[in-house]
Amino acid sequence: MYRYDQYDQAMVDARVAEFRDQARRRLEGKLTEDQFKPLRLMNGLYLQLHAYMLRVAIPYGTLDARQMEMLADIADKYDRGYGHFTTRQNIQYNWIKLEDCADALADLATVEMHAIQTSGNCIRNISSDHFAGASADEVVDPRPYAELMRQWSSFHPEFTYLPRKFKIAVIASEKDRAAMRLHDIGVRIVKRDGETGAEFYAGGGMGRTPMIAPLIRDFVPIDQFITYAEACLRVYNRYGRRDNKYKARIKILVHELGAAEYIRQVEEEFAHLLSVGVEPPREELARIHGFFTDPPFDHFPSGELDPDDLDDPDFALWVKRNTHAHKRQGYASAVISLKPAGGIPGDATSDQMRVVARLAREYSFDELRVMHTQNLLLPHVRIADLYTVWQALDAAGMGSPNMDTIEDIIACPGLDYCSLANARSIPLAQRISERFAQAGRTEVVGELKLKISGCINACGHHHAGHIGILGVDKKGKENFQLSLGGSEAEDVSLAKITGPGFDEDGVVAAVEKVTDVYLATRAEGERFLDTYRRIGMEPFKEALYD
Amino acid sequence: MKILTGNDLRSGAVTWWNGTGWSLFVDDAVDVGDEAEEILAREEAARRVNVPYAIEASIDAGGHVRPAHIKDRVRALGPTVRRDLAVPTADKTGWDWVI
Repeated sequence: MYRYDQYDQAMVDARVAEFRDQARRRLEGKLTEDQFKPLRLMNGLYLQLHAYMLRVAIPYGTLDARQMEMLADIADKYDRGYGHFTTRQNIQYNWIKLEDCADALADLATVEMHAIQTSGNCIRNISSDHFAGASADEVVDPRPYAELMRQWSSFHPEFTYLPRKFKIAVIASEKDRAAMRLHDIGVRIVKRDGETGAEFYAGGGMGRTPMIAPLIRDFVPIDQFITYAEACLRVYNRYGRRDNKYKARIKILVHELGAAEYIRQVEEEFAHLLSVGVEPPREELARIHGFFTDPPFDHFPSGELDPDDLDDPDFALWVKRNTHAHKRQGYASAVISLKPAGGIPGDATSDQMRVVARLAREYSFDELRVMHTQNLLLPHVRIADLYTVWQALDAAGMGSPNMDTIEDIIACPGLDYCSLANARSIPLAQRISERFAQAGRTEVVGELKLKISGCINACGHHHAGHIGILGVDKKGKENFQLSLGGSEAEDVSLAKITGPGFDEDGVVAAVEKVTDVYLATRAEGERFLDTYRRIGMEPFKEALYD
Repeated sequence: MKILTGNDLRSGAVTWWNGTGWSLFVDDAVDVGDEAEEILAREEAARRVNVPYAIEASIDAGGHVRPAHIKDRVRALGPTVRRDLAVPTADKTGWDWVI
């Protein structure tokens, strides 16, 4: 994985020192909150319902054991012994004190981490496929390109005050495991006739106006892809609406201009930028590639599990659900579930983080990933070690065999933590996962991605849920809108609202009813989403409202 | 009744105006009547608390202060899903009133 050079480290250290001084002045009363707020947000420090919240960047979700241990230490030293992994592959601490924040950032800097650009109207943490570098189906490892984008976008002077926040995802396979087309810019690294390049999509997003990004260029040569990204940003920065916060994202610009006109302007800007020469030197991409070489895999003539291990039905189910095909025979990627039935999606205690760090060090070449589904991943585990790894995870409460099932719920912090939320998300996730687990229905239902947001900002990706739930405020009471048919994957689609909303009990029952319809009508091999697409909304509405 | 709330500058903790300062306990909140704007301006200037604001509240039969809006009721005790992290309170009614 990438390691800081002297410039990276110097920039991060300088930012910590700068923030320490800003926080001191705020604490001494020399800065007002209005003056301080943009400064703290540039360093990932929010003020939420109960306390300050620090969001720490984990570039493209990749980290090592040393970094995970530091995240655990920060949870213990400055917070309340846990952290929350997010849909942007970041981690959030919910109880950071302003007076401690600079110290926390300084500790992070010692392991090459920071919280810069995790807030504000700038380019946020670049996200990627959590299986990057390990998956059998990728064209190349997308992380070197994501890292180049990280470097390009960090402190980019022209893009520090964009009309609105800006999110980029980079993947390199036909399978989309990063919700790529629901990003402001989505990049898919491809190979055409032996040449590496990038497909660009622009103008996707969730929030109050969900949109799927259209393809705006099907091939950008890889030695021009930063230039093309810069052209996309320049057009947005110049013409994106600054008069209305709710219309300021690039998706609105692309929609209002029309994709063809946006593309025309980008191409014009691209041609200009090519003549100027803004692409980083090829040597830099080559240098970055050097950090992403394969670990020293062993050669295994076969990749079979020990049959004795598979006698353990819980382990066998976990292997089926939570492991993913690796590019090297004899290895697998293992999903660490942060979704115990009845638990809080994405939360991990400091002790759990240390268990994960140890397992990464001992069994996964010191590599870890944060998944946008709020789980963690050991990317390179020998198949022969899977049983040992699972036993350790299970003992630590992270061995649930529920990846991509109805227990694997994405839920934003909601009204339990977030100052923007209108309703709570987490209790719904807890009740639904517990209900299906206790009834033994999780595996019967199979793949079903349920996503819950506590407000229209859609941090819980409800638009992209096979089942989505949006919490709203209805005359001072929580109310929940149910939607069906969304997908963030390569078969991307936006969910449609079923009808009138429900109270908390009602929406939990409603989820059960729609799964009943699915189970009663599914054809052989159909997922919930497939059945919905085949039979449409009506049978579900009848079950819910008649 | 009208009460004032904000977040402590140093810790970010939820605080309630008790007439002379800021308390961690919602039950300490006092009715500020028509003095809200004056107190808010003064406290904002003193910079002891972040973005203080006035909210509607009531006193229940047990004498407890109950913010009117769900968001402020959640703020009063802490995350409903982590009751182990709640603001300690002598209120015997527990969490029933929050949601």
